Amino acid sequence: MCLGVPMQVKSIANGIAVCEIDGVRREASLMMVEGVEVGDFVLIHAGFAIEKLDEADAEQTLQLFREVLASGGGPA
Amino acid sequence: MKYSSEFRDPAVAKKLIEQIGEAVAGFDGQMTLMEVCGTHTMAIYQHGIRALLPKSIRLISGPGCPVCVTPVSYVDHAVALARRPGTLITTFGDMVRVPGSSSSLQREKARGADVRIVYSPLDAVALAEKTPEKQIVFLGVGFETTTPTVAGAILEARRRGLSNFFALCANKTIPGPMAALAGDPELKVDGYICPAHVSAIIGAEAYRPLAEQLKVPCVVTGFEPLDMLQGVLMLARQIVAGEARVETQYSRIVKPGGNPKARAILEEVFEPCDTAWRGIGVIPQSGLKIRESYAAFDAERQLPVAVEEPREAKGCMCGEILKGKVTPTECPLFRQACTPENPIGACMVSSEGTCAAEYKYGT
Ligand code: SF4
Ligand code: SF4
Repeated sequence: MCLGVPMQVKSIANGIAVCEIDGVRREASLMMVEGVEVGDFVLIHAGFAIEKLDEADAEQTLQLFREVLASGGGPA
Repeated sequence: MKYSSEFRDPAVAKKLIEQIGEAVAGFDGQMTLMEVCGTHTMAIYQHGIRALLPKSIRLISGPGCPVCVTPVSYVDHAVALARRPGTLITTFGDMVRVPGSSSSLQREKARGADVRIVYSPLDAVALAEKTPEKQIVFLGVGFETTTPTVAGAILEARRRGLSNFFALCANKTIPGPMAALAGDPELKVDGYICPAHVSAIIGAEAYRPLAEQLKVPCVVTGFEPLDMLQGVLMLARQIVAGEARVETQYSRIVKPGGNPKARAILEEVFEPCDTAWRGIGVIPQSGLKIRESYAAFDAERQLPVAVEEPREAKGCMCGEILKGKVTPTECPLFRQACTPENPIGACMVSSEGTCAAEYKYGT
């Protein structure tokens, strides 16, 4: 029920962001997040942006996965 | 899309599964990991994660979906409001189909009640502004992810000066039942896969008492397949090492202290109260009710109705399912009398419910 969807902010007016993912557009209130700018990814739940996606952290997690892939590890 | 497809790479998944195997290679016995989030439950079934894990790791589902844990008496209350003249009920879709003692919102709608599904509580506020002759009630169920959005809607209704917007609240907080289940010797939860989006609001620190006092390792985990496998790996490593810490796999969204702005909005409008969980019973201070200062928006206080005596559906085992003690196939009604088209219990209604997930993806 509290499914959150990451979407990209396309425009902002009066505390409402128009966000998009895979061609789907949605409006979201920015009441709960600070410092959101056009281009940011935000997590949308029930009409509100509830958190900003931390791109540096996302990159770090992905980097870790790339290392997992590179490691020869594990019994064949 | 970046930030979703990259978290599904099957080659990485394969490696992570190997690493999980190595982590538990020298471990004898079983480890039981519980997820308490319906979206996790759904993802586990959807990606067939159970079958990918070593035999020594058992995944069980806890009280994950707010729709499932809402007691029958709440549905009865909503039904009574739907029958009240001049009332328009707004809700997220799943609630409409949850059976009450003798009716459901869907049935009331068929009989002529005004029940509408909304995507956001803000839609309900907009509807209240457009429909001044009716009393608009939004059904506030949900955990910490959803409750701030209900609070935000109440603040918005006040800002717009509306006197016909109300919320009927059975909102709940998740650490309470996690602590209650961690102490249940029949279950023996060895590690918690902590909810992703609840944690975005409350922060990973919220699980510290579970790890430190109850000695249950906690890993805040995202919903993509790689997130979940990495979360399981982190838990397995802690359990094998005999440690109990809070770790965050999902750090791209979840911060240690959560989202302070969302928490402030929630605390402005709501205060803790005792509340009943379907199957688990009353857990002190695990509910949220509207504060006195916002009583004007509280459907319970402003729109009194007579609510029938609650009756649980006969034979339904939702209560035991929600505690992780039985699996859906052990319920005699599963796939027989109880199907997603004709749910007997709440766990079959929401797509995040354990019975619905088993029905759709189970073999
Ligand atoms: S409310 Fe959010 S965290 Fe809880 S079960 Fe639903 S999706 Fe998961
Ligand atoms: S199968 Fe239906 S009746 Fe049985 S526990 Fe699940 S929801 Fe309840």
